[in-house]
Amino acid sequence: MPAAATAPSSAADQAAPPLLQVDRLTVRFGPHEVLRDIAIDVAAGETLVILGESGCGKTVLLKSMIGLVRPSGGDVRFEGRSLGRLGDRQLAHLRTRYGFVFQGAALFDSASIADNIAFPLREHTRLSEAEIRPIVESLVDEVGLPRSALAKKPVEVSGGMRKRAGLARALALDPQLILYDEPTTGLDPIMSDVINELILRVRRRPGVTSVVVTHDMHTARKVADRIVMLYPVARLRQDEPQIVFDGTPDRLASSRDPRVRQFVEGRAGSRIDELREEQGLAAAGGRGDGDDTEDSR
Amino acid sequence: MPAPAATAASPPGIAGWLADRVADLGELAIGWVASIGDVVLFALRTLGWIVARRQRREVLLPSFYQIGVMSLPVVALTGLFIGMVLAVQSYAQFKSLGLETRLGSVINLSLVRELGPVLAATMLAGRVGSAMAAELGTMRVTEQIDALESMGANPIYYLVVPRFLGCLVLIPSLTVMADFMGVLGGYLYSHLVLGIDYHHYWENSRAYVDAFDFLMGISKSFFFGAAIALVSCHHGFHCAPGAEGVGRAATNAFVHSFVLILVLDLFLGIGLNHLHDFIHPDGPRRLL
Repeated sequence: MPAAATAPSSAADQAAPPLLQVDRLTVRFGPHEVLRDIAIDVAAGETLVILGESGCGKTVLLKSMIGLVRPSGGDVRFEGRSLGRLGDRQLAHLRTRYGFVFQGAALFDSASIADNIAFPLREHTRLSEAEIRPIVESLVDEVGLPRSALAKKPVEVSGGMRKRAGLARALALDPQLILYDEPTTGLDPIMSDVINELILRVRRRPGVTSVVVTHDMHTARKVADRIVMLYPVARLRQDEPQIVFDGTPDRLASSRDPRVRQFVEGRAGSRIDELREEQGLAAAGGRGDGDDTEDSR
Repeated sequence: MPAPAATAASPPGIAGWLADRVADLGELAIGWVASIGDVVLFALRTLGWIVARRQRREVLLPSFYQIGVMSLPVVALTGLFIGMVLAVQSYAQFKSLGLETRLGSVINLSLVRELGPVLAATMLAGRVGSAMAAELGTMRVTEQIDALESMGANPIYYLVVPRFLGCLVLIPSLTVMADFMGVLGGYLYSHLVLGIDYHHYWENSRAYVDAFDFLMGISKSFFFGAAIALVSCHHGFHCAPGAEGVGRAATNAFVHSFVLILVLDLFLGIGLNHLHDFIHPDGPRRLL
């Protein structure tokens, strides 16, 4: 049986089929199970935030959504089409409808910021360089990058600028679904909020659906229509679902699940003891909360 | 993985120990076969993309510049010294037989058949192969390869094909350079230092080194270039996380490329000698 329940949907969700369906997804790397029986429907136009502590499989889930990670079990469907059944060319074509903002921006080191942003346009359109240039400039303006950054290499600009350049590149083909992997990690609070504002602005583009993976509660509260929280498989009992919360930000705040509360309030609790036990440093008979198994990664 | 279960089910004592060793060997063999299969699939995908889509000039040229132009000085320098070293090492033997004027034939034959192509390939593996593995490994670790895929671009087409074509197309030029500089180094040392008459030196070289020997070296270099590019790019693509993973990918790229160059050299040498015998059934030319 599916371990994770799908979120209670809004009326709009029920009327239209979901844009993206994650159906009983399981991912293993060798003996390590990272995702177990994940079931999530992402409705067109919604902003879904996937929360969870480090190592719980959030990024793996996000990469599975675009076919960068192959499932060990289950399926991911975009508009009803299973990613696993698509050929290389079909999958490449489908990916032009996605935008992916990577944690470290993943800009090409050898190319300038302008060439990075122009890459999807050169790859998938027949636009001339004269036509591409104004598009790149408008994207740069949209994410608040100075035009002087266009000629620079990624290593010559700050982390915040790299993230915004990564977002501009992800927006170049006007995607339907934008996936953000830890968009605010490593940024100062002001720049983090700039990124949150950009996510909100991008959401206002017509027909844009967003999935944001983060462990930043501020980002989650600010941008989410709906929040899904994952828990590391290694700390679950056999019959427990990996999704420990699925609902609106308001419901998250009032959740009584101790695992959710601990994360939302950012308390270490007994986690430090668990970590020490896992490292074999804790005294014999150390106390846990019933989740005292080995760490996931 | 089933390994822990197999270990747990092993009988005790010497039989259990033996069973474990057999299981280890089996696992090792499966790993090797899987790795070789992986490289072969990687090579087939690369060849497929060469045929499927034309490369852009602006992508190819930087690769060609890095692989070919930047490697020329180091290949030329090592070729020059190897030619001179050959003269130094062979002279005493040939002089004891009174055949020092034949030095040119053995130096030049060794260079164009073996040392030129192997030297050029080794330098290419060291200078370019490890750099390719490190560069692609860093791209893997920093998710740049994932970024390419996420934008619907094929990483093999963008990252491997230009490097493969660069190695394949330019290694013959590097081999010619290594041959030329080796021949020059050998002659300069033999003539200027050892005092061998230049007329006899070149006359004997001309008599014993023919176009087949030269083409044999060049034809081998194509295989070496392809092997270096594929092995190095494969290591880069499958790089383990972190700085250690990138370092290991670069080291393994060179070591595996070098071993493969020597293995290919042996088998290509045997095959091309048979071809020579087929073309010249009167047998090999006698040096002495």
